[in-house]
Amino acid sequence: MSSDTKNTIPTVKVTIDNITIEVPAGTTILNAARQIGGDVTPPAMCYYSKLEGSGGKCRTCLVEVAAGSAADPRPMPKLVASCRTGVMDGMVVKNITSDKVKDARAGVVEFLLLNHPLDCPVCDQAGECHLQDLGYEHGKEGTRYEFERRTFEKEDIGPYIQLHMTRCILCYRCTYVADQLTDQRVHGVLDRGDHAEISTHISKAIDNNFSGNMIDVCPVGALTDKTFRFKNRVWFTKPVLAHRDCPDCCGKVTLWQRGDEVLRVTARKDEWGEVCSYDGKPGWICNTCRFDKKAASDWVIEGPVNVNRHSVISQGHYSALQTPKETLPEVMGGRAPKLMMDIHDVSEVNKIELSQLPGAATGSDFNSPAPKEA
Amino acid sequence: MGRKLLLEKANVPGICTYEVYRREGGYRSVEKALKSLSPDQVTEEVKKSGLRGRGGAGFPTGMKWGFLAKPEGVPRYLVVNADESEPGTFKDRYLMEFIPHLLIEGMITASYALGSNRSYIYIRGEYVWVAEILERAIDEARANGWLGKNILGSGFDCDIYVHRGAGAYICGEETALLESLEGKRGNPRIKPPFPAVKGLWGCPTVVNNVETIAAVVPIINDGAEEYAKIGIGKSTGTKLISACGNINKPGVYEIDMTISVEEFIYSDEYCGGIPAGKKLKACIPGGSSVPILPANLLLKTAKGETRMMTYESLADGGFVSGSMMGSGGFIVLDDSQCVVRHTYTLARFYRHESCGQCSPCREGTGWMEKILWNIETGKGKMSDIDLLWDIQRKIEGNTICPLGDAAAWPVAAAIRHFRDEFEWHVLHPQEAQQRNYGLMHYADPIHVPNPVMA
Repeated sequence: MSSDTKNTIPTVKVTIDNITIEVPAGTTILNAARQIGGDVTPPAMCYYSKLEGSGGKCRTCLVEVAAGSAADPRPMPKLVASCRTGVMDGMVVKNITSDKVKDARAGVVEFLLLNHPLDCPVCDQAGECHLQDLGYEHGKEGTRYEFERRTFEKEDIGPYIQLHMTRCILCYRCTYVADQLTDQRVHGVLDRGDHAEISTHISKAIDNNFSGNMIDVCPVGALTDKTFRFKNRVWFTKPVLAHRDCPDCCGKVTLWQRGDEVLRVTARKDEWGEVCSYDGKPGWICNTCRFDKKAASDWVIEGPVNVNRHSVISQGHYSALQTPKETLPEVMGGRAPKLMMDIHDVSEVNKIELSQLPGAATGSDFNSPAPKEA
Repeated sequence: MGRKLLLEKANVPGICTYEVYRREGGYRSVEKALKSLSPDQVTEEVKKSGLRGRGGAGFPTGMKWGFLAKPEGVPRYLVVNADESEPGTFKDRYLMEFIPHLLIEGMITASYALGSNRSYIYIRGEYVWVAEILERAIDEARANGWLGKNILGSGFDCDIYVHRGAGAYICGEETALLESLEGKRGNPRIKPPFPAVKGLWGCPTVVNNVETIAAVVPIINDGAEEYAKIGIGKSTGTKLISACGNINKPGVYEIDMTISVEEFIYSDEYCGGIPAGKKLKACIPGGSSVPILPANLLLKTAKGETRMMTYESLADGGFVSGSMMGSGGFIVLDDSQCVVRHTYTLARFYRHESCGQCSPCREGTGWMEKILWNIETGKGKMSDIDLLWDIQRKIEGNTICPLGDAAAWPVAAAIRHFRDEFEWHVLHPQEAQQRNYGLMHYADPIHVPNPVMA
């Protein structure tokens, strides 16, 4: 290839589930799999491509590396976290084709759901919850856990965000948001082990203009928007793309509407549930856009969001609703369908003109002697 | 009488002071290394000695040093892992408490080999007094010109700092230790990158156990060949074993890895046998996280050979019928001990010490603890034993750091070798509250099948 210049990043070939793809060197296995898409992509609960240092914790994206690289084709001894493992040229990765991976992933899903309250019916995240999707795709129908689940008190962190630690899966994404987006970190993990909790140190408010992005990165319903809490189920709302000229952020958002009312404002998300990027910069939005601009007149509406048809949100049929074509007259050869009563205009038993009867026919209409023919 | 290299002078009165230590021949290795050897030659000596990491994994130290990246203009660090928190292990404490200068001396030599101008001792928070002993030793060494700028006129600068942990077992994992040393929450890092490439503050770092670094002193003093002569096969040199549990003489012993496990337990030179006429039931040969072995498999391997106190022999048979040398925490259980209760205690420890970063370890350790508590208190079901097995299987190998494995192995080994004791607990819940299962068949000689001739 003569068009190659020095600036181009060398590409490497990696085979994931027998599909070979060429990606720039330094790409992680997960991101390579995302380029292939579909079932080949391992699920990821903690990895967030826009947050530096995230990933590696939830272990749902574990994959088997059957061959390390073309130079050193030995398999890796353990399953690796695909979100934090870079591809090598000639690497062979097994995801859904590996029984080891499927077994480990089922275990991880069980572990993640072990202490999760499964309060989806009252959870605002239901319908757009990654743990719900994960449980649906990889989970078992029952749990083997017979003990009391861990619970925490609900906590308000600031005027806009509520922390419901009971639902948390400790993905650490929100702490990375606090680290990387906000200038004053008051948000982290206290304690350790299964009693570790996300917290603002000693119930401080998070007072920062970009704190609302924690809600967007939260894969479960642990961090919820207080302005939207219990207002509606997401699948009853219609997401539309909108923008405004914001001095602080990109101003590109999704409005979640019911009728003309704006119930919620979030950043725009891509197919992996991550915030979209514009010109290589993540489209985080500020708290003013998120919490204060709740009138449709604040925004320039661009149009409906394309919702994945597998999402429960897509059942709202909000966009370009088409009435199905009426096919019955065609089937009946141009004849309009009639009621059952009209199949015979005149009763063959006693020659009663059915169409002459006032209202529906009753027994007495037939039992009465037939009118004498003139 | 085995040969002692580390603890030879430990009982000399006042050995913890610089004067006595120097008078007894201390700091010779620094003189030798700085005056007559290049850093690479020191590393080469350590490689030739066959020294293996004494912290638990047993990775060859020289090879680890050789992996250290050496980019221009980037500082390199030596960090000594003194966060000795494995239940049953207390050898490093003994060493630092009695001959702190041995560690300092080894650190200066190792820092010279690695090019570390600032070296750290990350010491367990509970070892308050040991940290003070080390601080005093460092001050003495600095006052006598062994630390600071231009040591012995060689142009090599080195200083040593003691950093106290805050009492977390997980900070003994090398990357969690580095995080903690940087002042962050002690969560293990995701590897790669390994510390040899990106360690402390993103710079190449070697993390070594206290005993490993102390062993550098005799290697440089006597030469690698001399050191490698001690021991069997790839288990060279001497190893500190902290023996505890049901033995007559618990304590720290230096063995030269040529003796058998049986000799170690029963000889008067070491543990001195099991007290009160009881019998050996089981033993954890290398600290709480390595697999427990019943008496018959402990003294003889599955092949019928005598099990020796070496890395290879203790690991003989893999996890099916072997264990690990680990960190040398030798815990002996006699026939009055209950393996179920013992396993529960370990599970409780690992649950408490799990950092909670990755889900299998965070959730799985707590789950195992609860199930074990049920079995122990007579509320267990037969299916719980299989469930435990499945949980440990799903934790092992799927976590960020080895703590997950460390939590899974004791449970796995206990079920593997003592399943009938677990079943007895489930089937006789009342009886299990009043008495222990006892020795049963755990010391019976194992049948070794005759090799099939081809």
